[in-house]
Amino acid sequence: MNVVVCVKQIPDPAAPPSLRPDTHTLDRSGKLIMDDSDSYGVEMALQLAGGEGDEVTLVSMAPNGETSGLRTALAMGAAKAILISDDALAGSDALGTAKVLAAAIKRVSPDLVIAATESTDGYTGTVPVQVAELLGLPSITFAKSVAIDGTTVKVERQTEAGYDEVESPLPAVVTVTAGVVEPRYPSFKGIMAAKSKPVEVLSVSDLGLEASQVGSVGARQEITDVSAAESRGSGEIVVDDGDGAQRIVSFLEQLKVI
Amino acid sequence: MAHDKIWVLAEYTDAGPTTPTLELLTEARALGSTVEAITWGTGTASVAAALGDYGATTVYDVGDIGSALPGAPVSGAIAALIDGGNRPDILLVPASYDGRDVAGRLSVKLDRPVLTNVTGLVAGDDVRTQHPLFGGTMIASARFTGEGPHIFVIRAKSFAAEPGGGAAPSVVGAAAPDTGATNGAQVKDRHAEERSGPKLDEASVVVSGGRGLGAAENYALIEELAKLLGGAAGASRAIVDAGWVPYSHQVGQTGKTVKPTVYLACGISGATQHMVGMKGSKNIVAVNKDQDAPIFSIADLGIVGDVHKVLPALIEALKSRS
Repeated sequence: MNVVVCVKQIPDPAAPPSLRPDTHTLDRSGKLIMDDSDSYGVEMALQLAGGEGDEVTLVSMAPNGETSGLRTALAMGAAKAILISDDALAGSDALGTAKVLAAAIKRVSPDLVIAATESTDGYTGTVPVQVAELLGLPSITFAKSVAIDGTTVKVERQTEAGYDEVESPLPAVVTVTAGVVEPRYPSFKGIMAAKSKPVEVLSVSDLGLEASQVGSVGARQEITDVSAAESRGSGEIVVDDGDGAQRIVSFLEQLKVI
Repeated sequence: MAHDKIWVLAEYTDAGPTTPTLELLTEARALGSTVEAITWGTGTASVAAALGDYGATTVYDVGDIGSALPGAPVSGAIAALIDGGNRPDILLVPASYDGRDVAGRLSVKLDRPVLTNVTGLVAGDDVRTQHPLFGGTMIASARFTGEGPHIFVIRAKSFAAEPGGGAAPSVVGAAAPDTGATNGAQVKDRHAEERSGPKLDEASVVVSGGRGLGAAENYALIEELAKLLGGAAGASRAIVDAGWVPYSHQVGQTGKTVKPTVYLACGISGATQHMVGMKGSKNIVAVNKDQDAPIFSIADLGIVGDVHKVLPALIEALKSRS
């Protein structure tokens, strides 16, 4: 079975984020790492495609030929990666990104495409379903468990009330929630092996897409401004000297909650 | 550019239209002169009057979609209406599981972008959206620059739901076309997770626990406290991911948005993901042992202390009052 995992490489979420002053979009020019949300999809793919002849391929779109996040996923055990990196892609919106990823995924003809439900940085949460529609595939979002039974994928999908058991014929697109599996840490051997695993770097024209469909040119939406949210005003912060519970009781009394 | 026609993707359960649906219909009345709803399922006739009361003059009913997930058939039905010349200026979609699926597929079918995670709309020549950034400390405004229909996916509780007293709408059939392989996902069984007390997104008091509780069994403190306060028990994504509590308890970006009178955050550091879902609470009380935890920056009362000491003491104090 061939599984593709969409991997997003993002600025380290632990570092202070910065926006480009011209476009108000996230500054992605620095070092990028694998989005932690994607480690669950990579792990799930490795577990589902662990047999003889199975293969896990990563697909990512990132500026400046960035591969550090992909190397992390390759070190976990993925076989190879496709990176789409092209100056023309800067400022792409979700639909433009989906067109690029779909065109790259098509080259692999996978049985299953796995992605996170949403990225940590942009969190639009629409790209995987857009990819499915572009590829003419069924999709199951918000999977909290995934199993393969022959040519069927069986998923427990989160719902407002609990969860649904959903099945779909392969090939299909599945988005997984964090916590669906426990991602492995790359071993030293894995890290060494990842250095020599193939990463195919493609441009927009390699994919047969028009530059006008992607990037800031193709994005038919723009951020007009970014401003500080209304501050809540700093409240009272006290160190518990054994009276912490009583402080809360008094506060709740003031509010007439109790 | 006037916004004459606004469509709302309407979702309902056996209890009637979902609250986010009513919120969007209310907002749609403020945005445009004609408000219409699109919905699906076998119970449309029984919710049509309620949709009309909140502003819909016409309800397009996709009807029974069997056991299919709604993404493919409902987006197909909407695209068919639009291709047939019935074209809204704006489509408002609730940021629910199914709503996001419909919006994503429709975006491709119409070749139109989508703006998601919208928490506010500012009407004007072109509608500006508001999106929380960086845990809600910043607000980004955005707009569409191309041709409509403009698809907005809107988070729950962005607007107040108020009935407009509209008459019963006309219900028009809008059957889904054959969407082929894309309609392959079928629901085989549904499971509801039981929970007692008020619903998380409707409770006036929410008590949430996070990683600082230390172990799954300590979540019992959160549940007991919630019960004593007549509230609902919530959780951070960290402990949902860790399997301590079911997903239905999750408050945050990928979970529920809550705006209770009091939100009590216990052992929650205040990750961006969490803050987006609870920042709108009227009063926030936080208990955390790390005085630098981001949650304190939005707390009205912050107790720097050990939840394992403060919570049992609080439970005792509340019990002794009753």
